[in-house]
Amino acid sequence: MHAIFFYMFAVIVVLSAIGVITASNAVHSVMWLVACFIATSGLWLLMQAEFLAIVLVLVYVGAVMVLFLFVVMMLNVKNAPLREGFTRYLPIGGVIVLTLGIEFALIFLDGRFDLNHYPVPEAYPADYSNTRELGRILFTEYVLPFELAAVLLLVAIVAAIALTLRRREGTRHQDPVQQVKVRAKDRVRLVKMPVESPKEPLNKSGRRRL
Amino acid sequence: MITLEHYLVLGGILFCLSVAGVFLNRKNLIVLLMALELMLLAVNMNFVAFSHFMGDLSGQIFVFFILTVAAAETSIGLAIMVLIFRQKQSINVDDLSSLKG
Repeated sequence: MHAIFFYMFAVIVVLSAIGVITASNAVHSVMWLVACFIATSGLWLLMQAEFLAIVLVLVYVGAVMVLFLFVVMMLNVKNAPLREGFTRYLPIGGVIVLTLGIEFALIFLDGRFDLNHYPVPEAYPADYSNTRELGRILFTEYVLPFELAAVLLLVAIVAAIALTLRRREGTRHQDPVQQVKVRAKDRVRLVKMPVESPKEPLNKSGRRRL
Repeated sequence: MITLEHYLVLGGILFCLSVAGVFLNRKNLIVLLMALELMLLAVNMNFVAFSHFMGDLSGQIFVFFILTVAAAETSIGLAIMVLIFRQKQSINVDDLSSLKG
């Protein structure tokens, strides 16, 4: 049962990763990446990392990929020129990927990660909470990195807003400096003048009836 | 029986595919960023696998921080890309050679 789910999710992950790098439309790429993330979170559930699995779906699919989708749709990129250059970079890319793959294969075939060194662990009992255990060590041993990560996110927010903020011509803004400097006698001016009667009363609209 | 090697091989395949994506998609900066996300996902897969098979939760904490940094990196990267598009009306990688590096 475990193996069936593993191979199902693994096939989805690999196929959608191929989809990400070969799709000609950037929106399709984003959708393949979403499929890849969801299948990966299934794999993490198989490894009993429940908290990270749900964080991957909530944060990555829910926030980061939606951000990607917004940018892809906002930038209005033409689809046609995406494909050219595919064959031009194929030789060097192929060589590098092949080298990388052979290196990985050499490591994996070495047998240092087999069952003798890393036996399959026993499943946790039903009342084991991955989230509680993660929280326990996150807020004790790793509390300083946690705070640093929070500061990093704040920096990212400020940087992203500061980079993309722009003043457009013709929009109306409030100027707080001018607002706090205002005085009552600058706003209302009382003028003394003699009483006048209107030459032609506006009787049709009824606004000024005499 | 699914062993650690299964997950590591899957992570390796995913990493190779994303490296191929970086090399093949030299036209669209967005797809390049997505290939980077895929690389981080492959690394995270290895971290979670080792954490599970060694019975040590520190690997999952590390994945947590990688996700945080990746989210920050993505948001700033996309913001820079929007600026580049405003400036040059293109996110073609070949057009971004003004620095002549």
